[in-house]
Amino acid sequence: MSITAPPKDWFQAPSGHERVWLGMAFAWCIVLFIMMPLWHFKGKQNSTGESYATTPAAFSERVDRFVAANQVGTHNGTPIVEAPPGGDAYMLGRMWSWYPFLKLRVGETYRLHLSSMDLQHGFSLQPMNMNFQVVPGYDHVLTITPTQAGEYTVVCNEFCGIGHHGMIGKIFVE
Amino acid sequence: MTTLQSNTTELRTCDTTGLPVFKGAEFFIRLNAVCAVVFLLVGGIAALLLALTRWQTVHLLGPEWFYRVLTLHGINMLIFWLLFMEIGILYFACTTLLNSRLFSKHLAWASFVLMVSGAVMTNSVILMGKADVLLTSYLPLLAHPLFYLGIILFAVGALLGVFNFFGTLYIARRDKTYAGSVPLVTFGATAAAIIAVVAVGHGALALIPVFTFSLGLTPEPDPMWYRLIWWGLGHTSQQVNVTAMVAVWYLLATLTTGARAPNEFVCRAAFVLYILFINLASAHHLLVDPGVGAGWKIWNTSYAMYLAVLASMIHAFTVPASVEIGMRLKGYTRGVFDWLLNAPWRNPGFSAFFLSLVIFGFIGGITGVTLGTQQINIIAHNTLRIPGHFHATVVGGTTLAFMGLAYYVVPLIFQKDYIARPLARIQPYLFGGGITLMSFGMSFAGSEGVARRTWDIEAAGVYGASTHMMLGLLGIGGILAFTGLLIFVLLTVGTLLIGKSNKGRPMACWGVPKTITKIGAEAEREVDPHNTPGAMTLVVILLVAFAVYYFANWGALADVWHVR
Ligand code: HEM
Ligand SMILES: [Cu+2]
Ligand SMILES: [Cu+2]
Repeated sequence: MSITAPPKDWFQAPSGHERVWLGMAFAWCIVLFIMMPLWHFKGKQNSTGESYATTPAAFSERVDRFVAANQVGTHNGTPIVEAPPGGDAYMLGRMWSWYPFLKLRVGETYRLHLSSMDLQHGFSLQPMNMNFQVVPGYDHVLTITPTQAGEYTVVCNEFCGIGHHGMIGKIFVE
Repeated sequence: MTTLQSNTTELRTCDTTGLPVFKGAEFFIRLNAVCAVVFLLVGGIAALLLALTRWQTVHLLGPEWFYRVLTLHGINMLIFWLLFMEIGILYFACTTLLNSRLFSKHLAWASFVLMVSGAVMTNSVILMGKADVLLTSYLPLLAHPLFYLGIILFAVGALLGVFNFFGTLYIARRDKTYAGSVPLVTFGATAAAIIAVVAVGHGALALIPVFTFSLGLTPEPDPMWYRLIWWGLGHTSQQVNVTAMVAVWYLLATLTTGARAPNEFVCRAAFVLYILFINLASAHHLLVDPGVGAGWKIWNTSYAMYLAVLASMIHAFTVPASVEIGMRLKGYTRGVFDWLLNAPWRNPGFSAFFLSLVIFGFIGGITGVTLGTQQINIIAHNTLRIPGHFHATVVGGTTLAFMGLAYYVVPLIFQKDYIARPLARIQPYLFGGGITLMSFGMSFAGSEGVARRTWDIEAAGVYGASTHMMLGLLGIGGILAFTGLLIFVLLTVGTLLIGKSNKGRPMACWGVPKTITKIGAEAEREVDPHNTPGAMTLVVILLVAFAVYYFANWGALADVWHVR
C-alpha cells in the first residue's frame, strides 16, 4: 500500500517482469542517446548553434551591404537578393517583416545569418517546416543547402507583438 | 500561542479510511483546493476562447485579445491551478500520511496570502492589457513591473508552503509520529518538493533582474541568458508536475483498487532519478537556439542516458503493475487482462487516474522525448506540435489526475458527498477524450508547419485544407475538454455549497472492485508480485509505439534541407 509505511524489508533487488522491463527501458534510453551523436556526425540536419555577438546596428549595416551588392529583383516591394554560392546570405527579422527575400540554388551551400532588430523572432521555413530561433544581439549562422527547388515562405513562429502573424518572408530556390 | 498549538494538533479520524485528519492541515488543504479550482475556471474560460480562435474557420477573438487571453491561460493553468493543488497535496502527504500536525499555521497563512495576492496582481495586470507578453515574457518583450512582482510573490508563497512541508517532515520524524520509512506517496511528494525549490530558485534568478529592469533600476539582461534561466524554472516545474502526478497515481490506485507496489525500492529509486537528472532540463527549449553549441545541447538533453526518462518508464510499469497486483489479490487472476477489465471504470477516481496514465505515457511521454531530441527539434520547435505535446502531459496527465484526486479530496477532506454523481462518472472520459482529440489536432497541424502562439495562419498563404481540418479537430476537442472542465468545476463547487455532509459515516463509495475469492494470507501466497503479465504487455506496446514514432521522426527529418 503506497499510503502506509512500506514493509520492513522494502530494499529488494528487482526481479521477474520488473527486472526484464528495467533492462528493456534502459537499453532504449541508451538508443535514444546514441542517435544524437550519431546523427551529429552522420546526419545532414543539425543545429549547432553557431553564433556571434552582434548589435542591431552592426547587423543591419551588413545586411544593407549584402543587399546593395547582390540584389536581383523585388517581390511586393522587398528586394530579392541572390546570395553567392558558398558565401554569406543574410535575413533579418523585425516587427513585422523578414528582410530581404533570398534567391538560392539547389545543392549549393550558404552561410545564412539570422538576427533581429528588436524582439525575438522565429525563423520557420514552410512548407519544409524547419525552425530556428532568432534572438537580438546574436548572429545565428545556419550553414544550409537547399535540396529542392520551389518558392518557400518564412513564417515567424515566435510571438513578437500584435502583427506577428503577418511577418512573412520568401526564399526562392532554383 | 498555546491555543494555536492545540488547534493545529486537533484531529479527527477519517470515517472512510481510518486515517487521521488534522484540523489545522485540513483547513489549509481546503483553502488551497478551492483557490485551485477558481483559477482552473479562469484558465478554462480562456482555453475555450483560444480553441475557438485557433479553429481558423471560427476565428473568434481579435489579435489583441487572443494574445492577452493566451497569456492569461498559460499563467492561470500552468502556474496557479497546478501550484495551489500541489501545495494542498504536500500538506496532505506530510500530515495525514505521517500522522503529524502541520509544522506552522503562520507559515501556511503567509504562503496562502502571498500566493493569492500574487495571482490576483498578475491577473489584473494581464486583463488591463499591460502584459501581453505570454507566459514566457521573453526579453526584450517587457510587461508592467507588477506582472513580474505578482509572479515573484506567488512563487515566494509557494516556496513557503514547500518549507512548511519540510518542517512537517522534520517534526514528524522528531516526534516519531510514524514508524519505519515514509509511505511511497509521501516519498514522491518529497521529491516534488525538492525539485520545486530548484525551480523557484531559477524563477527568482530569471525574474528578479527583469523586474528591476522594468522599474528602470538595472540594465537589460541578455535575452539568451534569460531563456536559459527562465527555462530552468519552466522545465523544472514540469518535473514537479510529473512527480506530483505520479504520487497522485499511486494514491488513487491505492484508494480505488487496493493497489500494491511490486517493489517499493524500485518505485522510490525512480523518484530519486527525477531529482538527480533534471538540472539543465532547460536545454530542451534551446535546441535550435544560437548561443549554445551542439555538444551542450546533446549532453544536457540526455546526460548520456536519459535517466529521467528511465524514471518515467519505470513508473509506466510499476503503476499499472501495482493495480494488477492489487486486483489479482482480490481474485481477478484469469488471463492477462482480467484485472484491467474488472477495474472500477465507473469510479471517476479510477478512470481519471488510468486515463491520465495512458494519455501521459502514450501521447505526452512519447512526443515529449521525441520532440526534445536535439536534431528532431528542428522540425518541431515553436510549431503547434509543442502545445500538442504538453496538453497531453500537463492537461491529459497532471490535470486529469488532480481532478480524479478531487473526487476523493472533497468527500474525505471537505466531508461532502458529490452531487450529480452520474455526471461525475463520465467527466474524466469527456475531459480526457477532448484533450486527446485536441492534442492530435495540434500535433498534426504542427507537423504541417502551423506555428503555435499565432492568431492567424491565412496571411502566410501556405496552409491547405488538411491543415484547416486539423485545426477544426483542435477546436472540437477543445470544446469537449472545456465541457469536461466546466462539469468538474460546477460539480465541485456545487458540492461544496449544497452537497450532503458525510460527517460520522464513510463517504458515498464510487465503487471499488469486490474481492471474489479467498482473502488474506492464502491470496498472498498465490499472487506473485513479480509476475504481472498485464502490465508487462502494456509497457511493451508502449515501447513499440515509442520506437515507431521516434524513428518516423528521424525519417521526416532526413527529408528536409541540409543544415548545420
Ligand atoms: C479545456 C482545456 C484546455 C484547452 C481547450 C486548451 C487550449 C489551448 C490552446 C488553444 C492554446 C493555444 C495554443 C497556441 O496557439 O499556441 C493553449 C495554450 C496553452 N495551454 Fe491550454 N488548454 C486547456 C487546458 C490547459 C491546462 C489545464 C493547462 C495547464 C495545466 C494548459 C496549459 C497551456 C499552456 C502552458 C499553453 C501555452 C501558453 C503559451 O504559449 O504561452 N492548458 N491551450
Ligand atoms: Cu517575428
Ligand atoms: Cu513573430
